[in-house]
Amino acid sequence: MKLTINKLSFNYAATPVLKDIELEVGLGEMLSIVGPNGSGKSTLLKCINRILKTKQNTVLIDGKDASKLNLKELSKLMGYVPQTSRSTFPFTVFDVVLMGRKPYIHWSLSERDNEIVAEMLDFLGIGKLAMRHYDELSGGEQQKVIIARALAQQPQILLLDEPTSSLDIKHQLEILCILKSLSKTNHCSIILAMHDLNLASRFSDRILMLKQGCIFAVGPPDAVLTEENIESVYGIKAHVTNSVLGRPQVTPLISDLNEVRNVKIQPEIETKQR
Amino acid sequence: MTTKSELKKLYNKGKKRKFLAIFSVFIALIITVLVSVSLGAASPGLAEAIRVIASRVLPFLHLDPGSSFDQTIIWTIRLPRIVLGIIAGAGLAAAGVTMQGVLRNPLVSSYVLGVSSAAGFGAALAIVLGVSILSFGGYLVIGNAFIFCLIAMVLVFSIARLRGMTSETVILAGVAVGFLFSALLSLIQYVSKSTQAVNAVVFWLMGGLYTATWESILICSPIVAVVMVIMVLQSWNINIMSMGEDVAISLGVNPRRVLTITMLLETIATASIISFTGIIGFVDLIAPHIARMLLGSDHRYLIPCSVGVGAFMLLTSDTVARLIIAPTELPVGVVTSLLGVPFFLYLLISKKRRSFG
Repeated sequence: MKLTINKLSFNYAATPVLKDIELEVGLGEMLSIVGPNGSGKSTLLKCINRILKTKQNTVLIDGKDASKLNLKELSKLMGYVPQTSRSTFPFTVFDVVLMGRKPYIHWSLSERDNEIVAEMLDFLGIGKLAMRHYDELSGGEQQKVIIARALAQQPQILLLDEPTSSLDIKHQLEILCILKSLSKTNHCSIILAMHDLNLASRFSDRILMLKQGCIFAVGPPDAVLTEENIESVYGIKAHVTNSVLGRPQVTPLISDLNEVRNVKIQPEIETKQR
Repeated sequence: MTTKSELKKLYNKGKKRKFLAIFSVFIALIITVLVSVSLGAASPGLAEAIRVIASRVLPFLHLDPGSSFDQTIIWTIRLPRIVLGIIAGAGLAAAGVTMQGVLRNPLVSSYVLGVSSAAGFGAALAIVLGVSILSFGGYLVIGNAFIFCLIAMVLVFSIARLRGMTSETVILAGVAVGFLFSALLSLIQYVSKSTQAVNAVVFWLMGGLYTATWESILICSPIVAVVMVIMVLQSWNINIMSMGEDVAISLGVNPRRVLTITMLLETIATASIISFTGIIGFVDLIAPHIARMLLGSDHRYLIPCSVGVGAFMLLTSDTVARLIIAPTELPVGVVTSLLGVPFFLYLLISKKRRSFG
């Protein structure tokens, strides 16, 4: 499904967080949102999923206004994987993934619901954990469980908030490969908030770079991850080379605490006066 | 690799275990009913009890109901008390388990949310001043306790709404409202000139099932039954709420609506019970935890199981309370805690798996 974001702005109380975001994400595309802490990555994901409410006609799914859909209809189209997800009371992995079927069930489960849950557990390679308690799993395993839950919703758009930030290198690659294959074989559009520029570079079709709530750059990795862009968004001097995989590879050129502390980010000059 | 069919088999096995847990709890409850109905300060035993009950429940069989003394003891004294105990334990536990689930907090009870204090204040107001906002027939104290429960809920609800109706705001507003009503309750007791009235208030606050009549059962059982059915229908929503509000929205569940519905149900169930029985605490806090230890956190099974555990706990405690120093009796609240705490601690320590928090 095509996702269109049209002049999306969002404020927390009086503090503007996102300003005039315009974006289109196509069928089966994998898009990473990068930017410093507080630049609005998570907020943008939450606005797209309507966890945070924005004005009408700011989020369009196949041209239709998402604010006109009720939560249940929306949850059949869009899945959301939060950064971390804790449950207060113990649930088994199977039960957590089963929650992803909520948009489709009223009270009793159909054979199909069970089947889909089993399929997703299998797909993410966590079938053996099915009867374990979610809380007792490692960070990487938990991440796979909540991705499986989002996939059980059978969404056509999947939003993930830093899905790899707490994982080791093997799990990082595993999860990103899973997402990549979803976008290519199931034509699921995938939007990720990412901190790791090199992982974003390696796996994304396009990268969206946010700076203080505005789009700074958007495009294929080699167009967005340039030394100039990284310096003006993060304030960090970096060396960008072409990796063996043909994608840009970012090496920050700072190795000293004082250097990092002295980093000053130029505030965006407000050119768009309204 | 675990195959899909193996997975389904595992899941079905878990389901069977849960049904078995619920079944055992209800068997324990039935046994307790039989024990409770045949024991008491007066003489009638199990055989007499069964005869009386059978003749009343199945009048078309024209059974011999036994002596009128047996009939009075069983039918108008012991049985109403047992039935009210079951309804009260079940309703309080259902209220506790749903509120803990929706607010994602294992410490929530009707005390924490201000409902009990409000009921206490309402009752005290009626006892001390002899006035009531709503008095239907002779139900001056009961009516006032009920109304003040609803007032407390409306207060908590309106305060929490101002700050976005999250689980934290509801709990904090509940604590504040609870303190307000317990302060007012103390004030009433302090300024009252009548020692007799103050004693009556203290007695009411301890709670008990000794006032049980068929009439009170007729009033509160339909309310509690309807509330419990709606709660069970909310199970999926409550399950999903325990993963956090953002996740709930992304799964198509409106957390505010679920919170509002559950709060309303919880208050109505608790209010309609404690208005008749006085404040009975502990059951609503602990029964859900015991049930969770037995079968986990899936509310589809957890709510029925908590209901059974709550009814069993309260009925057992009340039976002990009226037998242990017969012909007088202990307050049921005291016995509930004295029996429940060691049992709960045993479960808490002996179980390897963490069940809450």
